[in-house]
Parts: sequence; C-alpha cells; structure tokens
Amino acid sequence: MQIPVGDYLAVSAALFITGAVGFLLRRNPITMLMAIELMWNAGNIAFAAFARSFVDMSGQIFVFIVITVAAAEAAIALAIVVMVFRRRPHVDVDDISIMRG
Amino acid sequence: MVLFWICTVVLLLTGIGVIASRQPVHSVIGLIVNFTALAVVFLTLSADFLAMMQIIIYAGAILVLFLFVITLLTVGNEPVERGPSRLSFQTAPSVAAGLAALALLALGVRNAQPSAGIALPADFGSVASFGLQLLTTHLFAFEVTAFILLVAVIGVVLMAGRKEVRF
Repeated sequence: MQIPVGDYLAVSAALFITGAVGFLLRRNPITMLMAIELMWNAGNIAFAAFARSFVDMSGQIFVFIVITVAAAEAAIALAIVVMVFRRRPHVDVDDISIMRG
Repeated sequence: MVLFWICTVVLLLTGIGVIASRQPVHSVIGLIVNFTALAVVFLTLSADFLAMMQIIIYAGAILVLFLFVITLLTVGNEPVERGPSRLSFQTAPSVAAGLAALALLALGVRNAQPSAGIALPADFGSVASFGLQLLTTHLFAFEVTAFILLVAVIGVVLMAGRKEVRF
C-alpha cells in the first residue's frame, strides 16, 4: 500500500509555508536560519516523493546535494552571525541594515 | 500508513514550535525532533540512504553547529528579540501572504496525478544503488558539490577567523 504522492506534497507545502512565515515574522537571525532549514527540508520531501513516484533515483541524489548545500549555507550564515555578535551585544536583523538600498 | 500520518503531525507541530519559541535553544530541540520525523518520512519513501544522511548530517552536524553558535554567543546575554518590533506592521501581511501561498500550493497539490503504483525495484534507495548513481550518472554534480563545500570552508575561515571586524 503506497501512500499517494499528493499526500507527501501536501506535507511538503505545509512545512514550506511554516518556514516561510517563520522567516518573515522572526527577528532573531539564528531562528530565521532555522526557518530556512525547514524550507530546505520541505523541498527535500517533494524531491524524494517524486523520485519514488517516477522510480528514478535522480530525485534522491538531488536531495543529497541539497543537504550538502544547506550545510554550506548554514556554516557561512552562522559565521556572519558570529561576526555581527562580536560587534553588538544582541542581534536583531533590523539593526543590520547598512546594506539596504 | 499510520506511521506516515504520525510523522506528519510531528513534523507540523515541531515546525510551528521552531518558529514560535522564544529561546533559540528550544527551536533547535524542536528542529532535531522535526528532522528525525523527516528521516522516518524518507524511510516510508524507501529512501534508506537519505534517512541516514538526514540524521547524520542534519541532526548530527548542522544542528550541532547551531547549538555551538548559540552557546558561544549567549553566555552573557540572551539574543532574545527585545523591544517592540520596528516592522510590526508586517506581521499581518506576512501571515496573509503565507496563507495565500498555502492556498496556491494546495491547488497545485490537488491537481497532482496519483502515482501509477509502479512496483519499485528491490534496491531502490539503497546505499549501493545510490552510490552507483551518484558516482556514475551524477558525477559532475558530485564534483560541483565538493567545490561548493571548499568555497564555503574558505569563506567561513576568512570571515570568522578575522581578529578585527570593521563594518
């Protein structure tokens, strides 16, 4: 008994929206990064669901690459957060606005 | 089937917990539970190798990085959001935008064709077939990924290793 691919896509969509709304609402950069991780993983569910639906391993390979890129992104973003923290006692992303247009 | 829906509930509850909790440490704990449930979801998709990678890389490495940064930075002062938000007017629009996007995605999901129920080969998602595909068909993507990791390592060392920060 296979679970239909639509169910996985529904879970993926709900998780993605959770991450997106969290990213928009929070002001703590570390929590915002975690919201981004939620969105990566929502995409991963969709990739793995389609991989099984089309019986093609390429989707699973792409999930692996996405996990790797997410690791790189988290490392760089946390390095930026550490740099900002050295300068200021607490971090609110609204304070870091010198690069606004 | 039951396992999938249990995991779905856990995924959504912990996802909301991650974005709603005040303390970043609580968010990280919620994210660990979330990723473990996601590994079980990968198992129901017969993606054995991905489930292992999810636990080892995500719950094992990335979240430890998060925890490390949080413990490093919040020794004396909590990075809790304090004071009124200067962008408080964006709360309602962002929730509305999220709901609109969810409705759009739900419309797309409803139109998804049900899978034909093709029988999966026995080694689908196993470590052996995954490695074979990764190192033959997708070798170029594999190499590019290695290069991305190299760039990330250099970037982190350049940024975080600097003694004096000017900006």
